[in-house]
Amino acid sequence: MDIAQTSLQPLLEGLVVFTLPLSIIAFILGLILAVFTALARISTVKIFQWIARFYVSIIRGTPLLVQLFILFYGLPTLGIVIDPFPAAVIGFSLNVGAYASEIIRAAILSIPKGQWEAAQMIGMTYSQSLQRVILPQATRVSIPPLSNSFIGLVKDTSLASLILVTEMFRRAQEIAATNYEFLLLYVEAAAIYWIICFFLSIIQGRLEHRFDRYVTR
Amino acid sequence: MITINGLHKQFGQLEVLKGIDLKINKGQVVVVIGPSGSGKTTLLRCLNILEVPTSGSITIDDQTTDFSTKVPKKSVDALRKKSAMVFQHYNLFPHMTVLQNVMEGPIIVKKLSKVDARKRAENLLVKVGLGDKLDFFPHQLSGGQQQRVGIARALALEPKVMLFDEPTSALDPELVGEVLQVMKDLADEGITMVVVTHEMRFAKDVADEVIFMDQGKIIERSEPNEMFTQPKEERTRQFLNLIQVH
Ligand SMILES: Nc1ncnc2c1ncn2[C@@H]1O[C@H](COP(=O)(O)OP(=O)(O)OP(=O)(O)O)[C@@H](O)[C@H]1O
Ligand SMILES: [Mg+2]
Repeated sequence: MDIAQTSLQPLLEGLVVFTLPLSIIAFILGLILAVFTALARISTVKIFQWIARFYVSIIRGTPLLVQLFILFYGLPTLGIVIDPFPAAVIGFSLNVGAYASEIIRAAILSIPKGQWEAAQMIGMTYSQSLQRVILPQATRVSIPPLSNSFIGLVKDTSLASLILVTEMFRRAQEIAATNYEFLLLYVEAAAIYWIICFFLSIIQGRLEHRFDRYVTR
Repeated sequence: MITINGLHKQFGQLEVLKGIDLKINKGQVVVVIGPSGSGKTTLLRCLNILEVPTSGSITIDDQTTDFSTKVPKKSVDALRKKSAMVFQHYNLFPHMTVLQNVMEGPIIVKKLSKVDARKRAENLLVKVGLGDKLDFFPHQLSGGQQQRVGIARALALEPKVMLFDEPTSALDPELVGEVLQVMKDLADEGITMVVVTHEMRFAKDVADEVIFMDQGKIIERSEPNEMFTQPKEERTRQFLNLIQVH
């Protein structure tokens, strides 16, 4: 119990200083990237479509860990040296961007054509239609799958331990390496991940409820 | 008010409008009838440029747009501003309140101040009998009420012409009357209207002219009385027989 207690502080420190900021920053950057990628996918400009498809295909077709290794251990060969934390932010953002773009694309496509037409009829431009009519509705549709992505991301950040980011799981590994309490420390880390994700799913429920206000049925 | 010359619309191989010529005067109410697939919706959508015609020209008010050559976006926007559409399935914005639905056009597109847009929207909603529903969301309203919001939203754009595409055909029978009444009131105010509908009663009572379309062409146009009692064309007669059975 003593070890569990004394190790709690470094674990929480890893959580607050790296795991959570990494998750949040990468998610926000990834979402921005995802919206543009989704728009490129549904645009009528072929070259945009190709770029978006290529990007999504590469990210989805290769393991996240391999992507992180290329960014952190590979790029220095070309003279591009990125610190662990920024490398992780880049890697995870690119990852979220690709997966979330598919969610957002599907959500946009699920909005009835009549909504685009009504927006056009009252004189909106393409970007006004998107911002004021389509995306607000698509947001509601994408909240459950995007919440899933975020929860997945929080857990996936443990992979950043392998590119030397001293996030929570790496702290656990480091402590366990000195006192050999592997089971205790890894279970402790798991418990913290679980608590975080538990709260996230509560927030998800609240968000869904808020956006359901205007929905039919 | 409206002049259409040689209007063609093609979807790939399918020619849906095969040369429409039509003149509609200011303040006229024109009802368009015709069998399913005859191109009635397409004609309305071309007037609001929700479909870009393949060739021909459209004049509404003082704006003429010729579609035979590549059309500048400006010319499309200018023509679209002249008309407003009421859709068969309302197409209200579900994430906005009734008031917001009606204010959206004036604010975003006409650059009206929030205060002015709100005043205009409130007046229009009172006019269509929904003064007590301003803060409701569309899904909290009946179909008839939703369609009346649709009408208010279109009116808020202050168009020269109101376009109605089967505005009552998605409604339960007992809700049709309230929407037709609002449309009658607009007609009495002298608003120019083009209405696609199967409501022959409305056509008889309100229309100045009825147009019968078939297979992408205008077959016949005349006053409602004449159209319904002594149609000139055999095809018109067949169609009227068919719908009067129902
Ligand atoms: N976007 C489109 N792409 C391809 N074909 C279309 C499209 N829109 C309409 N059509 C075709 O054009 C023809 C005319 O359609 P339109 O909707 O104008 O008919 P309508 O007279 O309004 O019929 P209804 O009474 O059933 O509403 C139909 O054969 C339809 O299938
Ligand atoms: Mg139709």
